[in-house]
Amino acid sequence: MNSSRKEFIAEAEDLLQESQNLILEIQDTYSTGINPDTINALFRTMHTLKGVSGLFGLQGVTKLSHALETLMDDVRLGRIEVKESVVSFLFKNLDILRGLVEAAGNDGEEEDIAAYLKDIENFRNRQKDQEEAISPEAVIDPSIMRVLTEYEEHRLRANMKDGKGLYLAKAVFSLDIFDTALANMTGTIKSMGELISTLPTSSNVPDGSIGFNLMFGSNRPLAELKKEINVDIDILSESRTAKAAPAALIEEGPVEKAASTVGPVAVQKIQDSHLKSTSTTVRVDIEKLDRILNTIGELTLAKGAVRRIGVELVETCGHSSLVQDVHKITQTLEKRLSELQEQVLEIRMVPIGQIFSRLAQIVRRYAREIGKQIDLVMYGEETELDKFLAEEIVDPLMHLIRNSMDHGIEMPEERKAKGKKESGTITLKAYQKGNHVVVEVGDDGAGINLDKVRKKAIEKGLIDDDVELEQKDIVNFIFAPGFSTKDVVTDISGRGVGMDVVKEKLSALGGFADVTTKTDAGSTFMVTLPITLAIIKALIVRVGPEQFAVPLSSMSETLIVEQKDIRTIEWKEVYYLRGEMLPMVRVSRFFGLQGEDNERSFAVVVGFGERRVGLLFDELYGQHEIVIKSLGEYLKKLRGFAGAAEIGKHEVILVLDIEALIDESLFRQKGAVHV
Amino acid sequence: MKTILIVEDSATTRALIRAVIDELSGYETVEASSGFEALKILPQQQYDLIITDINMPDINGLELINFVRNNPRYSHLPIIIVSTERSEEDKKRGMALGASAYVTKPFKSVELQEIIEKTLAS
Repeated sequence: MNSSRKEFIAEAEDLLQESQNLILEIQDTYSTGINPDTINALFRTMHTLKGVSGLFGLQGVTKLSHALETLMDDVRLGRIEVKESVVSFLFKNLDILRGLVEAAGNDGEEEDIAAYLKDIENFRNRQKDQEEAISPEAVIDPSIMRVLTEYEEHRLRANMKDGKGLYLAKAVFSLDIFDTALANMTGTIKSMGELISTLPTSSNVPDGSIGFNLMFGSNRPLAELKKEINVDIDILSESRTAKAAPAALIEEGPVEKAASTVGPVAVQKIQDSHLKSTSTTVRVDIEKLDRILNTIGELTLAKGAVRRIGVELVETCGHSSLVQDVHKITQTLEKRLSELQEQVLEIRMVPIGQIFSRLAQIVRRYAREIGKQIDLVMYGEETELDKFLAEEIVDPLMHLIRNSMDHGIEMPEERKAKGKKESGTITLKAYQKGNHVVVEVGDDGAGINLDKVRKKAIEKGLIDDDVELEQKDIVNFIFAPGFSTKDVVTDISGRGVGMDVVKEKLSALGGFADVTTKTDAGSTFMVTLPITLAIIKALIVRVGPEQFAVPLSSMSETLIVEQKDIRTIEWKEVYYLRGEMLPMVRVSRFFGLQGEDNERSFAVVVGFGERRVGLLFDELYGQHEIVIKSLGEYLKKLRGFAGAAEIGKHEVILVLDIEALIDESLFRQKGAVHV
Repeated sequence: MKTILIVEDSATTRALIRAVIDELSGYETVEASSGFEALKILPQQQYDLIITDINMPDINGLELINFVRNNPRYSHLPIIIVSTERSEEDKKRGMALGASAYVTKPFKSVELQEIIEKTLAS
């Protein structure tokens, strides 16, 4: 069974369960007065079941729920009065429905349900009794009668039938606050009777105000109603209930008792055969999974402690059998913990197609808004990503897409003139790359005007005008803070959001954005994200007196570097790594720390392609699993740190924000002294 | 540019109607998720057409139609009812109150588009 079908079965079972509860409630209350909301709820539940089963082409479930919806419509409009026979009939059909859903879950053949449908049809015809000849027209003004829906009219008749008084409360409210004021008033009315109709009116009402005529039924005396509701109330017809009630109770008493003892027993029998659910899925709040991950995080710390104890034991007691046991159990713990962690992370994974389809809707709508023809092409929808990350990147992706639509894709005439096809194409593509997921937003539009970007960058003092930069460096300026020109970056609904916000958001998620562009061929934005957040492996490093953690996912290798091999070319320190020039960054200098002047130091190579740099540290300690915690509101603005982590023995270290380090160091190396 | 007010409590149906209108050119839409919201935003700008559901939680479509028809500021506005096949009787009542046309859910987009254009042309 595919996953969407499974989801249907789970939803259908939820709906059937809800229906059962509602029918039980109807059974408990029909003799004393059913809450109309219960009947409406059952009607809606059948309606929903009809809708979802229709989507999956389950004819039997669709037709049967449709027939039951019609039956409930008769009940809710008072065409059928609820009696024990109606309740049993509902239970019987609920059972049949459950059987059909169960068969669908087992991929079984659909049962022929023609006989059941006929049965429902016959039952409805038998049950339809005519509502008592009560004529509300005699007491209610035609101008009000005309505005009632069929259902409201039925409730009006029902109130009259019950002998309740009918009233019309007239209220006037200021237009800006009427909804809260009116909600208060209808709340009061509902506590004393049943609100039948809320009729807004503008006649005889001052400007800036709105009037409401609220028709309701109640047993309370007029004086009490006036006092509680506190507005003018007209009597439409008087209450007769006070006298009628006791007689009705005496008559109905014994019948009610007999009915309620028979009911549940019969129901119990029918349902036993279907108690077992066929669905094996459960829906879980993502927060609960977060909590499990947190616990795993804590366990990981404890495991680290056990391992450390093992090492210390070897030092003090040598390789005794006890020590070996500790060693063994540490290994088992490690293995099982990582299995557990993987399993939970797997539960959190969702296909990125879920957000692609949401984006597709917006693309379609937005294209019309701006008068461009746009074809959307999607690849790799099945690529999986952590649910949290998937939700978090919707906005950044939307921003990139809108940017492409606004500034990338040209108007149809312009495209024609350039010899392109009139409709532009936006491509959404997702794929996995190692521990990362890459999402590309591409367009076949005009490309980013690099001259404009360069000018703007000079204007903003990001570079000196005599600095020559390569294309790819220039284009990356669009991600600089506050860098937003009308020609390059658009606002999302005028909120003044630029590309820097996209970048910041991605950085907070441990990802980054990149862009390539070619004049008249289009641009492609690449968003790279870790597959999961949660627990990551990090390398613990030291610079002078400080220890830091470097996420393993952002590094490609580590090197031992001799000082003499680091050369200075045009003020930049570089190292030749397998024949390629690797810019070096002294982390001590970056953070203003007192580094050591050793002949050898350690370099961690981070970043991909053109953004590859070597970070120099004094010492590398080894890998550690860490749970990154936020630095909190006050320290959020600190550049260069992604968060903090605990690494056992209650030691807290800072986790480096590698992307920020690369950015800053590349800027500095390029001679952009103003940053 | 003509402005259409969509009054409908179901977000899905609202989106659907909006999408259908978006396929036509020359219209913009404003949405109200309830009758109350419609009452609030009615005075805020000029509309050319109202599309309303009937069964809504606070005030229903008939009450809204009645309000619009009896207010000299809006009484000229054409109104299209969009409602389910269950509300046949209510639709008739809506027409009697002065609605211009009605469409039964589920509808084909062409059907609604034709009715919108026809209603606005007359």
